[in-house]
Amino acid sequence: MAAVNGHVHTITALVEDRPGVLTRVSGLFRRRGFNISSLAVGASEQPNLSRMTFVVHGDEWVVEQVTKQLYKLVDVVRVNDISHEQVVARELALIKVKASADTRSEIIQIVDIFRAGIVDVAADTVIVEVTGDEEKVDAIMKLLKPFGIREVMRTGRIAMARGAAATGAKPASAPVAAQSAPDTEVVP
Amino acid sequence: MQLTGAQMICESLLREEVDLLFGLPGGAILPFYQTLPQYPKLRHILVRHEQNAGHAADAYSRASGRVGVCVATSGPGATNLVTPLATAMMDSVPMIAITGQVPRAAIGRDAFQETDATGITLPITKHNYLVMSAGDVPRVMKEAFHIARTGRPGPVLIDFPRDVLTEKAEFQYPESVALRGYKPTLEGHGQMIKRAARLIKEARRPVILAGHGVIISGAFAELRELAEKAQIPVITTLLGISAFDEGHVLALGMPGMHGMAYNNWAIDRSDLLIAVGMRFDDRVTGRLSAFAPNARVIHIDIDPAEVGKNVRVTVPIVGDAKRVLHALAREVEQATHVDWIREINELRREHPSDKVRESSKLLPQYVIRELSEVTDGRALLVTGVGQHQMWAAQHYHFKEPNTWLTSGGLGTMGFEVPGAMGAWFARPDKAVWSIAGDGGFQMTMSELATMVEHKVNVKFAILNNNFLGMVRQLQDLFHDRSRVAVEYSGNPDFVMLAQAYGIWATRVTERAQVRKAIEDAMAVDGPALIDFRVEPEENVYPHVPAGESVAEMVEGPTLEGEAAWRR
Repeated sequence: MAAVNGHVHTITALVEDRPGVLTRVSGLFRRRGFNISSLAVGASEQPNLSRMTFVVHGDEWVVEQVTKQLYKLVDVVRVNDISHEQVVARELALIKVKASADTRSEIIQIVDIFRAGIVDVAADTVIVEVTGDEEKVDAIMKLLKPFGIREVMRTGRIAMARGAAATGAKPASAPVAAQSAPDTEVVP
Repeated sequence: MQLTGAQMICESLLREEVDLLFGLPGGAILPFYQTLPQYPKLRHILVRHEQNAGHAADAYSRASGRVGVCVATSGPGATNLVTPLATAMMDSVPMIAITGQVPRAAIGRDAFQETDATGITLPITKHNYLVMSAGDVPRVMKEAFHIARTGRPGPVLIDFPRDVLTEKAEFQYPESVALRGYKPTLEGHGQMIKRAARLIKEARRPVILAGHGVIISGAFAELRELAEKAQIPVITTLLGISAFDEGHVLALGMPGMHGMAYNNWAIDRSDLLIAVGMRFDDRVTGRLSAFAPNARVIHIDIDPAEVGKNVRVTVPIVGDAKRVLHALAREVEQATHVDWIREINELRREHPSDKVRESSKLLPQYVIRELSEVTDGRALLVTGVGQHQMWAAQHYHFKEPNTWLTSGGLGTMGFEVPGAMGAWFARPDKAVWSIAGDGGFQMTMSELATMVEHKVNVKFAILNNNFLGMVRQLQDLFHDRSRVAVEYSGNPDFVMLAQAYGIWATRVTERAQVRKAIEDAMAVDGPALIDFRVEPEENVYPHVPAGESVAEMVEGPTLEGEAAWRR
């Protein structure tokens, strides 16, 4: 489930867990005009460090700039573009769907097919919890839509490298001098 | 040792070898000011406007290579620092801004003179801090200075709530910083330096593009060594001016929108650009797709994000310009490029944009040329932004390193007055000239009073055309001469204005008066001002229209009608 899909990239960043760090990162994306479709933040395995996962749209130049500009933030410790790595990528969604006595069983069937779950039942709604990649979440939402979706909450993508190695074992651009030398043949 | 937050700031400043502050007090920062008398080694210059404190600290940093410090209170004090912080950020200038903030309990409650200083300055500082405990002051001060002056330098703002300034805590200044997310690369990659040397060996038409990074890292000797050893002509960007002696046979001057036309053509024909401490700004490149179409590019910069940002790079070298140039100069082979230099000289004859045209009128270029001669190219020039800035860049012949201070990236009008003041405090031995426009001068001229108070020996040359001249030029050249909001018909009498401050001043309206006025001003002990009433319709040439290529360059007043209109 490598996350490369056309021009979609998954980037993770290890950042100092300090007030304002999210503002610095999101401000940077806004100011430089980088297009992010999701951003997830949470604690990492290391004390005082949080891990952010971004899904960024753009070509290689954009990803390189995103990485380099993130590194310029003092609170950013490490940046990894894991788009080309073998990763497990997941997001979680909670979907509140209208459900009458007539439709409830049909909804439960769909939920079962997707190995999702129903975590709340009310007189005329249910809350569906689904975990998976974006395509899976999109697909179940498409099927639930005809019943009437009241509310949706999605966490955004988080991703982790498969196997024993740590995610982004090699930093995206740490020995900076070595990066991005376009082929000499390209420039006459 | 238990100290208040304010005392800890002062102790930290002394440990960072600061002896001068530019600032203006107010309620939230008051505990800091009331502490200053305990620290007589910290000299405070009281300004008339916080913006000017910022520009003065910026220019002080640029001129001295040390870290300038400015101080302001919360709210409007902090917001008035926005322009100088952005100016320093764009031009990679190390600077510390200390601001007061409302007491901790009042933060977020829209208290009197509360503003989110760190939020506002987030994108225009290299880093910033809101200090929420006196115990954090020593660490934050140490980190702030370290961040400001290392790597690609930049401004750092530190916001202190009023009750943090009075709170007591144990003071121990840290010996080092522990910033795991901040480790600038200084040494160039050996393999890349070898590749660069190989490209230089293969090149037939190489040019060096030297930028501000050469000046910041003090790589003057190293640049010269590389240029001479491999015989490579040196073009200096607007902020690279005075990185290379303009009397040197390999010195070509400025490129770009208002650069020397022959330089733009040389870049167009070049097969190798060696860019050092410059960032391929759009004023240099014009349309990127047409820029240097025949050239490979070696890009040396301390900021990895600049490498490959605008121009495709053949060999990237991230590192400090001084160290990389030193290594590269050792690696390259001795070479000559006689044919190429002859070709450039031919271009120079065909496109003589370094010449001042003959005219009986008082041309601004002529004033700059005379100033260059009278001061032997050894004055320290500080400018504002616009036509006068470009004329000074084009026609003053700089002989000494780091003698040109200008707001290049942000293009801040008004920099010329407080900037000249800050530069003089850094280098009081130099003849400091503020080359001013009548527009920019009026934005910040309130500092004349400060300069009188401290006998700041700055000479002002106002190139007065009663216009926002560069905007007028844009309207004339590209908007059918539709002049909108560019004429200053009610300018003050600048001579009388200066005299009101007790400043010696004179007016020059004829060519024949220029030299004597300059000499008279230099004989004055303290500030002096010359109001040069220059030809108001003069334009800056060459002019590459924004976003165009060198082929679209307008080299002189050839537009139909302009000649007639001059009479």
